[in-house]
Amino acid sequence: MSESSDAINPIKEAFNRHIEDLDTAPAWWKTSKTEAFENFASLPLPTRRTETWRFANIKGLELDDVKFAALPSISDAASLVDRSNFIETYAGRFVFGDDQTLKADRLSPELAAKGVIWAPLREAVSKHGEILKDYFMKQEADLGSAKFAALHQAFLENGALLYVPKGVEIEDPFVVYNWSINAGSAIFPHTLVITEDFAKVRLVEANLSATEDAAAFSCGVNHIFAGVGSTVDYTLLQNFNEQTLGFQINSNIAGKDSNVKTISVNVGCKRYRSETHGQIKGSGSQVNMLSLAVADHDQEIDQRTLQTHSAPHTYSNLLFKNALVDDARTIFSGLIKVDPGAQQTDAYQTNRNLLLSGTAEANSLPGLEIDANDVKCSHGATTSQIEDDEIFYMLARGIPREKAQELIVYGFFEEILEQISCDTVAENARQIIQAKFKKRLRK
Amino acid sequence: MVTPNSEIEVDREKGNFRFSEHHKYDAGVGLSEKVIDYICDVKEEDQWIRDFRKRALKVFESKPMPTNWATKDLENIDFDKIRYYLSGGNRASKSWDDVPDDVKETFERLGIPENERKFLAGVEAQFDSEAAYSNIKESVGKQGVIFMGSTEALMKHPEIFKKWFGKVIPTGDNKFSALNSAVFSGGSFIYVPKGVKVSHPLQAYFRINAENFGQFERTLIIADEGSEVTYMEGCTAPKFDTATLHSAVVELVALPGAKIEYVTVQNWSSNVFNLVTKRAIAHEGATVKWIDCNIGSRLTMKYPGVVLKGKGARGEVLSIALANDGQHQDTGAKMIHAADETSSNIISKSISVGKGRSTYRGQVHMPKNLKGCKNNTECDALLINENSRTDTYPAITVRGNRNAVQHEASVSKVSAEQIFYMQQRGLSEAAAMSLSVNGFVNDLTRQFPMEYSVELKRLIELEMEGSVG
Repeated sequence: MSESSDAINPIKEAFNRHIEDLDTAPAWWKTSKTEAFENFASLPLPTRRTETWRFANIKGLELDDVKFAALPSISDAASLVDRSNFIETYAGRFVFGDDQTLKADRLSPELAAKGVIWAPLREAVSKHGEILKDYFMKQEADLGSAKFAALHQAFLENGALLYVPKGVEIEDPFVVYNWSINAGSAIFPHTLVITEDFAKVRLVEANLSATEDAAAFSCGVNHIFAGVGSTVDYTLLQNFNEQTLGFQINSNIAGKDSNVKTISVNVGCKRYRSETHGQIKGSGSQVNMLSLAVADHDQEIDQRTLQTHSAPHTYSNLLFKNALVDDARTIFSGLIKVDPGAQQTDAYQTNRNLLLSGTAEANSLPGLEIDANDVKCSHGATTSQIEDDEIFYMLARGIPREKAQELIVYGFFEEILEQISCDTVAENARQIIQAKFKKRLRK
Repeated sequence: MVTPNSEIEVDREKGNFRFSEHHKYDAGVGLSEKVIDYICDVKEEDQWIRDFRKRALKVFESKPMPTNWATKDLENIDFDKIRYYLSGGNRASKSWDDVPDDVKETFERLGIPENERKFLAGVEAQFDSEAAYSNIKESVGKQGVIFMGSTEALMKHPEIFKKWFGKVIPTGDNKFSALNSAVFSGGSFIYVPKGVKVSHPLQAYFRINAENFGQFERTLIIADEGSEVTYMEGCTAPKFDTATLHSAVVELVALPGAKIEYVTVQNWSSNVFNLVTKRAIAHEGATVKWIDCNIGSRLTMKYPGVVLKGKGARGEVLSIALANDGQHQDTGAKMIHAADETSSNIISKSISVGKGRSTYRGQVHMPKNLKGCKNNTECDALLINENSRTDTYPAITVRGNRNAVQHEASVSKVSAEQIFYMQQRGLSEAAAMSLSVNGFVNDLTRQFPMEYSVELKRLIELEMEGSVG
């Protein structure tokens, strides 16, 4: 008993300081944060018997090593802004460093005139309180990390709010860069996307580390609310350094006839847990959830997904691909849930694991819970190594074994990468993946 | 579109009769050390078994219900209201003439003696806690095959029994294996000597007759090097208003090059909690095949497993589950690869009718430093009615060199086009439905021993009767 209260105390002190620093924020905001903190403190840590954490390493989740310190000063803001260059033409860009705004590129006057909202959360709290009250943290974290979602809400400093009114279609993407800078720092990236009827928008989020060796903690949330007939395209590139502990809790609600696509590219972190919940609530909606991960050394990438179909005539498709090297571990735990009455559902879930070493470990828990009969649902999971034939073909053409393996991995991921709608983001994702392999060869 | 609404009556009537109880031995209601002492005294067991049972009781009491992953329905089992040992005597008869009339009539009505004459090499019939009848064909006995109730085997062959007993499934494997280890009684013991191939199947038949009774049989099959054996079990119970518990432990040992095929057709009445632990160890070049059909019971939780311990061993699970109103068939398979070049195959087909729920739960494990292991898993689920339910929860862990695992699952309903096609050709909707469902399981049932395949087809036809209308 004393053990857990000891663990909470430094976090409690940090939280009290955090609330004091918010002196100008509205009362409802502080209240919601206080409630979230109480929630965090009262929810239990996962144990070895917790089914939603099966196969995952649960050591270190007390977060004893994390400093929930006051905001540090940022010295090299300009260089980080320069490095935030995955996309040249954007509708709006925010660059955050340790949760402080380093650069905010605002909307064009035309878009602002149409009623589009693109605001850092710190500003939105006072200016767009009504929207936040309706949408901020209004999707449950129901894949095992409710405790960490509460922590996120309690300590969140900043983030991006994107609101697109009825009928507004925006071609250029919005971009958010979240830089983790100082060792021991904790960041809480947040992106909130709301589209009204028939709106169309793209958002790219890049989570990165300023240096290769500053051990940090990141606990991010992305929520998408896709209105009737709207289209949302969301891409996340995660390339924190290999000292970072990362959580990413994502959820989307697809309204009637909407079209939602989410893509995650996971390369970094020592330990990374991502949760993705697709709530397919409106009939006629389509949801695609894609992800790739490259794990090496003793990296652990833990992915939990849920596709909930609660309306008839809906479609969802999930594809998660992992490549593993050295002693890396991945966990894919996915569930398709079809509620009673959600007839004519088509739901698919695929997990492919490519083992590139004899000591890497891929865990796969593909699940189905089907409560309606007129459905087409399937899942498939495969784990294997590269076929000898494939390697032989390249060896015979003079390509060395290591290089051949590398090329096959790139090909393996292309199925996901080619679906990233911003070409320069896809190209950056390719470079990040290739850099990881090049670094291996240098060592 | 096919949207059947009427409820289905299950044909469990064949087993739904009972005789009044007149047990010579009755351990009373509830579970305690006293009950264990009573069982040991009645069975005149050695001290080591008594100690084993009492240790198991402590393990059982210390383990929580697995409701962190399993259904909450388990909480409805009241362990204090169950009767743990009931028997008319602890010596099985060798001839049907010596079996008490009502017990004999029970098995006559279930067609056991008739089947024995027709196609079985040996039969054991268990009535509540103990075997009432046990016999093996003379020609098979002469080959050195041992087939008897495990109570009898403990007395007659303790040297073989003790060597393997509890080695495949340790007491603490799970809460129900611990419970079984504490109060086990009955079940079969089979030993097949080196190189002996038993040409016809051996069969055991389990019958629960008494209300509030828990049946805890313990089966141990050892196939020595290069031998082959097929074992089949069936089970029924009358319908009672209160819950009945059946919690068996089945251990199979396939020594190098041996083949064991284990067939279950489970047709318990819909008040039975059927919580069974079944596992095999397959040594070098050995093959173990579980054929598991679950049609009855209120809740079945059963995941037959194979530990592939020797190089080149092979494990297979073929599973068919039919869940009707009020039933939950939570079945699946476990394949633990522990040697190079081992292969495993799991094929599961489930059908959910009415408000029935079928669940596939599986585990495939390939640890590091293994080479050339393969697993294939296929689970198909068919949903008949609008409120039928199906779940799939596999868990796959793969490491090592040149290992390959593939898992596929699909859920579908009977295709409207198929039904329409058959109706065009003069079949009634119900007949078309039944034909379609039989087609769904056909590629599995073809692999079953003939008699079971026919029986299963008939059972499915009966279950499907009136499911559309």
